Amino acid sequence: MSPEFSPQFRHYHLLGIEELDAAEIMTILDTAASMAEISEREIKKVPTLRGKTVVNLFFEPSTRTRSSFELAAKRLSADIVNFSLQASSVVKGESLKDTVRNLEAMATDALVVRHSCSGAPHYIASFCRSHVINAGDGSHEHPTQALLDAFTIRQFKKRFKGLKVAIVGDILHSRVARSNLYLLRKLGAEVVLCGPPSLVPSEFSFWGAKIEYKLEEALAGADVIMMLRIQRERQKANFFPSVREYRNLYCLTEARFKLAKKDAIIMHPGPINRGIEIDSGLADSVQSVILKQVANGIAVRMAVLYLLLGGKEREAAD
Amino acid sequence: MKLLIKNGRVIDPATGTDETLDILISEGKIASLNPRIEATEAEVIDASRLVVTPGFIDMHVHLREPGEEHKEDIASAAQAAARGGFTTICAMANTKPPNDNRGVTEYLVSEAKKRAVVNIFPVAAITRGLAGQELTDMADLCEAGAVAFSDDGQPVANSLVLRRALEYARFLGKLIIDHCEDKNLTEDGVMHEGEMAYRLGLKGMPAAAEEIVIARDLILAELTRSRLHLAHLSTKGGLELLRQAKKKGLGVSAEVTPHHLVLTDECLASYNANFKVNPPLRSEEHRRALVEGLKDGTIDVIATDHAPHTEEEKDVELDRAPFGLIGLETAVSIILDRFVQKNIISLERFVQLMATKPAELLGLKNKGRIAVGADADLTLLNLRKEFTVDVNHFASKSRNCPFNGWKLKGMAVMTIVGGKIVYRF
Repeated sequence: MSPEFSPQFRHYHLLGIEELDAAEIMTILDTAASMAEISEREIKKVPTLRGKTVVNLFFEPSTRTRSSFELAAKRLSADIVNFSLQASSVVKGESLKDTVRNLEAMATDALVVRHSCSGAPHYIASFCRSHVINAGDGSHEHPTQALLDAFTIRQFKKRFKGLKVAIVGDILHSRVARSNLYLLRKLGAEVVLCGPPSLVPSEFSFWGAKIEYKLEEALAGADVIMMLRIQRERQKANFFPSVREYRNLYCLTEARFKLAKKDAIIMHPGPINRGIEIDSGLADSVQSVILKQVANGIAVRMAVLYLLLGGKEREAAD
Repeated sequence: MKLLIKNGRVIDPATGTDETLDILISEGKIASLNPRIEATEAEVIDASRLVVTPGFIDMHVHLREPGEEHKEDIASAAQAAARGGFTTICAMANTKPPNDNRGVTEYLVSEAKKRAVVNIFPVAAITRGLAGQELTDMADLCEAGAVAFSDDGQPVANSLVLRRALEYARFLGKLIIDHCEDKNLTEDGVMHEGEMAYRLGLKGMPAAAEEIVIARDLILAELTRSRLHLAHLSTKGGLELLRQAKKKGLGVSAEVTPHHLVLTDECLASYNANFKVNPPLRSEEHRRALVEGLKDGTIDVIATDHAPHTEEEKDVELDRAPFGLIGLETAVSIILDRFVQKNIISLERFVQLMATKPAELLGLKNKGRIAVGADADLTLLNLRKEFTVDVNHFASKSRNCPFNGWKLKGMAVMTIVGGKIVYRF
């Protein structure tokens, strides 16, 4: 079977934002805008991907992303199978390659891959025939998260050029930060990365990020504030001395939020540690768009599935 | 049976030879060396248009026997060595069980005699179980055939243990080879720490992890006035430290691998585990520094760190693959193609790195030189021969070679060990 490409989208897989250009990103966002409408109908389903099989291949726990892809596929009438680590043969020692080949033997069209190892979706794409969608790989990329974040930013800010976006937290280990940095820079936004120096390597400035270690500086005049989850395990590895100190320095509080622009929005990819990286009240405030992000995730993932699986293949089948 | 190698360009830095000569081999030794030798009852090899060098010596090979014969064994490693132009290889001690006792050393020596087409010399462990705590019975191991000591794969982390090893090994005249790595700094790392690692979201191993241990090792070498050899040097800073130590006149030396001389951390962008190796492929800045070291003489030896792993082990997520790549069958051609053909190093310097210096450091008096009475271990090179690396033709049991598909110019076309032709292209 020879790879078929959608006429609107020249990529066979969606592995990362790094390999997309600004026009391709806009194509996805525009497609997502038309998909968003479907979710508002009383009957939230179109037959676009009828007969296509999508597998959610999740080697790491996830509720949000997995359900989001599942609903996205279902709203496009694709069949979707969930494959999670505990229920799989992986615990019996099967290699990733064998797992994927076995799934592919069941005539899959797309694999949505979440894996704790950076590059696992790229590795899978190197030998498989299905379209691979990266749903988060290690500390590398999480392209659909960045796309849904961009979709949300566009909804509220109508533009990217000249926006100041502060991304705060564990940048070093964050796939969300990497994908967002690439995407926002490609669309012309200013990106400030903020966190303790042990978690914000200066190398990120190579990709056009500004680096700030003081949260107050990062927030000053920001249009968008993106808070990242801080994992307690990082404290055990001495990336920061204590949760108490982290909270003192990097928690988004009411007082700090006042430093940002009046109409600034607050984002978070979830799951949230309330009271650690963000005050609980702020997470639920009118300026928080955290639940909008979740809602938009479905539209963006519908767009990605459509752009990869739709197009020529569908025409040929008709 | 006698062998007569005719009209080869003989290059031997040990004796300062670079001329067209005939070499007569008899009973495993070089019997005669002259511009024109006539001999009856000798097999004649026409070496005109070929370069004849002392047999190459690889100081750093993982044979995987005993214990992991599915990856490589004594016979297959020896075949791979012969195919790559090596006449002598040194077997690192991190086998299962490790070579930390006379039984394993003797096993290697006796099995090599029976099954290997090249010379195999064991490098025994510095510490029992490679655990970095108690010294092995070094004198006993030397008597059994060990030519050097190393815990390769592991650094000797405890400075006092390394100090004692350096002091103790001195009366044996044997080299201590250290794998320089601060394991705290490299924990969970899979590639060189730098821009690429941050981009790929992979855990890095900083150059500092190697440089810190090299600095300590060189200080201990000075303290003990003992000989110390740095395995697989890969960093600019480490090289600079070595340069300074040599200026002071310390008895220190270092090897560098072909892969660190030609590959960089950019290769990891493919997430292909055949590029996962320890020490990791460094950035271009480090690679360039190593090439400088190769040119200016700071680096003494080229060694492969041949580390076979099966396809099943390597064909997985990068984080989960073992470190290591194989190099016996490509090293000579890689260096010829990338450095000798491009006049970055001379052919004479190449032979120094591959034969003269390793023999000198290991104290192999009858090897690494072409002279009457020396062992008839010779490598014949065709500098014009072009070919494409194909792992499917390898003699090694493993295929984890990062150079598959590379087009290279220059290769070993004949390998002679103890007067016997063990490989002929």
